[in-house]
Amino acid sequence: MAVKLETPLSLEDVLKLKAGDRVLLSGVVYTARDLAHKRFLTQGFPFNPEGAVIYHCGPLVKGMKVVSAGPTTSARMNPYLNFIFSKGIRAVIGKGGMNPEPFKGRGVYFAFPGGAGSLASEFVKRIRRVYWEDLGMADAVWELEVEEMPLIVGIDTKGKSLFI
Amino acid sequence: MEQEILEAIKLAVTNIPQDVVEALEEAYKKEECEIAKYNLELILKAVDVAKKKGVPVCQDTGTPIFFVEVGPNDNIHKIQKAIINAISRATQEVPLRPNALSVLTGKVLGNIPEIHFEPGNKTRISILMKGGGSENCSALFTLTPGEGLEGVKRKVIEHVKACGGKPCPPIIVGIGIASPAEKAMRLAKKSLFRKIGERHPNKEIARFEEELLKEINSLGIGPMGMGGKITALDVKVEVESRHPASYIVALTIQCWAHRRAFIEFDEEVRIWQ
Repeated sequence: MAVKLETPLSLEDVLKLKAGDRVLLSGVVYTARDLAHKRFLTQGFPFNPEGAVIYHCGPLVKGMKVVSAGPTTSARMNPYLNFIFSKGIRAVIGKGGMNPEPFKGRGVYFAFPGGAGSLASEFVKRIRRVYWEDLGMADAVWELEVEEMPLIVGIDTKGKSLFI
Repeated sequence: MEQEILEAIKLAVTNIPQDVVEALEEAYKKEECEIAKYNLELILKAVDVAKKKGVPVCQDTGTPIFFVEVGPNDNIHKIQKAIINAISRATQEVPLRPNALSVLTGKVLGNIPEIHFEPGNKTRISILMKGGGSENCSALFTLTPGEGLEGVKRKVIEHVKACGGKPCPPIIVGIGIASPAEKAMRLAKKSLFRKIGERHPNKEIARFEEELLKEINSLGIGPMGMGGKITALDVKVEVESRHPASYIVALTIQCWAHRRAFIEFDEEVRIWQ
């Protein structure tokens, strides 16, 4: 049975999750990849990071509608993990896995299969707003409202990772 | 010509070719691990949604790569112009994600195709819309001629293992052995146009492809790197001549979302995958 979770996530929410658990996530997620993370370091977050979920995704958007929005390779964002967790981020969604160490006691990694953007977009109800659009479509921070997005806990708060 | 190229691009990004879908379904049957099966189930659902809705299966619609055989009555200026216009229209109409950025400023430049021309008996365009995650797993190894195919095997296995889940497995591995270096990489890329299960006509290379596939699938990386039996759907190897001092191996990895299409201009125009 999948665990239903709503954003923002509390520390308690994520501490309960174990690698391999299935989750249905509803609420708000913020897309961020390389350039947005780099900007978080110098300018802070354009949204409240407390309990927030970051989605490693560069969506394909037409007008203000998501056409396809699967995850990008998370490992590129390894260097920013300590920073985002120190600011209250509780989970990241991505593909391919990450360095498990920074997750200990602080956050979880949710996996969604890469390449499955057409399916992922079915769980995106709407775009609430976009920050840092000057970075371009793929690198901007999109605030997405998601409903029951099916995810697997790939790394838990004990640092257990399912990735080989 | 522009219209046909536009149609082929749309087909490539919204419809995963039948041979690849069958290989994914086969992988689903063979996997026993629950998470591997679940990943493949979602992957197959995504293929279905993309086809039904006519939307790109992956939000990364890739870098458009074109291999063009130019027939004797065609000219490359005309073909190049048709490709550039088709890409520009596809970016709006399909749509495609604008994936070309300026290296120095990061400014978005739209989509810029990479085009390789060669002479042919008729004009035939092979299209690969290649995602960044798998392209980042490209590699070039300069082996010594003494190392031969055994050396190739060692390097390829080491590399695929190190890439793990990053290139979106189950992957398709393309290998080109030749020199100079750009020839090897061009061969590796072209090898991806062969269908899943289609072996090289040379028996020694065909056997080598099968050996590599078996070894890669014994690594346990599995779908999306979360463990399983099927890490690769296929391995393709192409060879051409080399310099006496060189034995250059180029490796390209294609994600499961293998977006390819072909167009042939003869008395009639034919588009297929």
